[in-house]
Amino acid sequence: MSDVTETIPQDSPEQGRKKSDGKIRAADGTSLKRSLNRALRRQKLRALILIAPLLIFVLVTFIAPIADMLFRSVENQIVAQTLPRTTDALADWEAASGQAPGAPVYKALYEDIFIAQERKLHTRLGSRLNYELTGASSLFRKSGRGVGDMGEVYQDQFEDFDDFWKMGENWNAFLGSDEWLAEIQAWDKASGDDQPAFEMRDGMEELFPQTAAKYEIFADFVQYEDEDNLYKEDPWALIYSSFYDDLTGPTATQIAAYDGPAAAQIKAATAAAADFETVDYAAAFADVDKDWAETPIWETIQTYSGPFTNGYFLNAVDMQKSPDGAELRPENQRVYGTLFLRTLFMSLMITGSCILLGYPVAWLLANLPARTANLLMILVLLPFWTSLLVRTSAWKVMLQQQGVINDTLVWLGIVDNFNRLALINNQTGTIIAMTHILLPFMILPLYSVMATIPPAFLRAAKSLGATNWTAFWRVYFPQSVPGIGAGSILVFILSIGYYITPEIVGGTTGTFISNRIAYHISSSLNWGLAAALGAILLAVVLALYWAYDKIVGIDNVKLGG
Amino acid sequence: MKFTKILLTSTALSAVAGVALAQEMSNDMTIVSWGGAYQNSQLKAYVEPYQELHPEVNVVWDESSNEAVAKLRAMNEAGNITWDLVDVVASDAIRLCDEGLAMEYEPNELLAEGADGTSAEDDFGDLIVSDCYIPQIVYSTTFGYRTDMVPEGAAAPSEICSVFDLETYPGKRALEKRPINNMEWALLCDGVAKDEVYDVLATPEGQEKALAKLDTIKDNVIWWSAGADTPQLLADGEVFMGSTYNGRLFSVIEEQNQPVGMMWDAQVFDLDGWIIPEGLDEARLNRVKDFIKFATDTQRLADQAKYISYGPARLSSAPLVPEDMKQHMPTDPANAGNTFLYNYEFWADYRDDIDAKFQAWLAQ
Repeated sequence: MSDVTETIPQDSPEQGRKKSDGKIRAADGTSLKRSLNRALRRQKLRALILIAPLLIFVLVTFIAPIADMLFRSVENQIVAQTLPRTTDALADWEAASGQAPGAPVYKALYEDIFIAQERKLHTRLGSRLNYELTGASSLFRKSGRGVGDMGEVYQDQFEDFDDFWKMGENWNAFLGSDEWLAEIQAWDKASGDDQPAFEMRDGMEELFPQTAAKYEIFADFVQYEDEDNLYKEDPWALIYSSFYDDLTGPTATQIAAYDGPAAAQIKAATAAAADFETVDYAAAFADVDKDWAETPIWETIQTYSGPFTNGYFLNAVDMQKSPDGAELRPENQRVYGTLFLRTLFMSLMITGSCILLGYPVAWLLANLPARTANLLMILVLLPFWTSLLVRTSAWKVMLQQQGVINDTLVWLGIVDNFNRLALINNQTGTIIAMTHILLPFMILPLYSVMATIPPAFLRAAKSLGATNWTAFWRVYFPQSVPGIGAGSILVFILSIGYYITPEIVGGTTGTFISNRIAYHISSSLNWGLAAALGAILLAVVLALYWAYDKIVGIDNVKLGG
Repeated sequence: MKFTKILLTSTALSAVAGVALAQEMSNDMTIVSWGGAYQNSQLKAYVEPYQELHPEVNVVWDESSNEAVAKLRAMNEAGNITWDLVDVVASDAIRLCDEGLAMEYEPNELLAEGADGTSAEDDFGDLIVSDCYIPQIVYSTTFGYRTDMVPEGAAAPSEICSVFDLETYPGKRALEKRPINNMEWALLCDGVAKDEVYDVLATPEGQEKALAKLDTIKDNVIWWSAGADTPQLLADGEVFMGSTYNGRLFSVIEEQNQPVGMMWDAQVFDLDGWIIPEGLDEARLNRVKDFIKFATDTQRLADQAKYISYGPARLSSAPLVPEDMKQHMPTDPANAGNTFLYNYEFWADYRDDIDAKFQAWLAQ
């Protein structure tokens, strides 16, 4: 290694001293072990750089998307993100009490849903919770419409009391810092510059904690999501209800001493607010929908308030969350266990029939003269080059009750015209069609292994007195087992995730778990559940692969040579 | 010399002006639809006339309406919306709107007023079932049956409960592989009054009841999932009767001349229409808005009915539908004697729950 010798430093007295400790050293005086390690590390690094393009490609296009998708099976941030105040307020609530939560929770809910509906996030949460509780979808849609009226009670009273509170400019002059006010007034939208970000006036957060917090959110929304000029924007109804809370809340005494901008108006408003009509949020929500007055929706929100959930995984194994922990779903909702078992069973059947059908063909391919074998090979490969959908649809025409096979059987008199065989829209259909489609994946590895078995072995066995069967079973077959292994792994793993063929020919009894995954991805949009089902399927395949390795040994699998 | 200069300058100026105008409106538009005869009717009635007016516009079709909801969500997460206008059924539009994937719009701003001067909002009326939805057509899911397979001595099936009557009408049925519509029909034929169907279906007992009714024909059902399945099954004689969209049956009967009859009873009314994806840039949005205003006006919606037997979603379009097509419309009084309106809100809530039970029942 030239680069090891490149850096030989001058001998120094220090190194001279170290030499005496009896260790073997390289020419530069460092210990041999370390210098060897350094050389190896450099070598490894070089190898890593060589494979880096492929590694990065695989990471970005394969591993990362799969990991991202699987992560959805536990991810559940939407609840706490959309309803942060509610989930906090709800933390101490006991579902077992049978009572709906207290007033602070409803007030928090009002604030959360108000902000969520401005951002159009409340219906998304409704769809999410609807997977757990039927009716949540319309409940949140309705509530989104309902919160508008609740807050307006305060807004109307403030505005009726004094026109001052109607104007966005007045609010900004009151809550915004002086520098920001100067900046925003000088800002011209047409200039293309960014709108100066809102800055709160010093001390407002202490004096008007509720109002300031909501106004920050409002300002952020107007400036960055709506991209409107905040200075001219009239505030949300939510700001008014928070302002009322502050005026009548714990900081009321400090507010009385306030002498900043709009002090006169605030003083007057404080006096007036004492007589304002108030909103009973609990009653208001019960008015929007009586479900808010009952416990199930609160229980669901509480159960799913964490950033992660095992709910999807429980659902994927036919279980559900309940106050007493996980429990089995009612019998009339259990479906995934059946589907998993069916998928495994049918994949095994398909693998088995591929072996039975593929082995003789592969043997022929390997033992016929090259010309005939090539022709046969083309026949094997032909289906490979035909569209999957075309092949599956062709099976539909062949197998249906008025189809080619049934017609032929009736014509031959084997089957009675009124009792035609049901060959499609059931397990039989799926097994037939998938065996046909996956057959090349069995034949090709088998063929490539068989092609390497010297024909002389069979001849030798027979000349030593073995019958045809013994020669095959004791001499030929054991040598072809690695091909069976490779073909089986290919066929089994491909079929376990197959989707389109079972969908078309499987009816109800011949569909796989993958069909449900597809349904949840494309129709019900329950990606969390789809991800959980997918993760389980992946785990099952890996476990089976591991078992295969333990029992058969992965070294006994050959794809050729 | 001077003249050419002026000419050149003015051409250059107008070219600049042209570019400036074109910048505001994108000239490429990707429209998502269902393919087949339906997409063709949209091409003929909306897109080709629009392109005649605006030859610079280039339209790309994507036949992905089937999985539009999932694909739009994926596009949205990736932050790259490649579609400009998406054709979806109403229930999908509601989901897309809920998920914030479709744009909310003001009917009277975006859509042209009716030919008779009614505002767009009144002209479309209740059919605007979601703030994001621009309805185009009314279709219905109904049953077709093989006229040559009606048992001797029995009248042709004319009411929904023939589907559950295996004694009079033996043979296979094709039903859609989902609870929607099937559960309602089952309850109707189990003696539940029409206006109580959804109240009953909201209870676990009602759901059991519907499944029990479906259980009586389960062994004789072929479940379909693509709209083309039932017409094919009917044409092959694989089933005696099957549910599908009325336009599909129309083409089996009128265009392919198959011995198939249409049963207009308790057919489920549903809508198909446009949504504009959320998050389009301004130029593309301007183009889409311009197109939508054109493609949903009174005349254009009526034109579509020339090519396919679906009723226009605008009240003012109805008188303009060609006479010979009127009899095939689900909205024709002769056909709409006993109809059933899809309850969007109910299914948005109960879809996940009932579907789980339905699938468990199917897998048994």
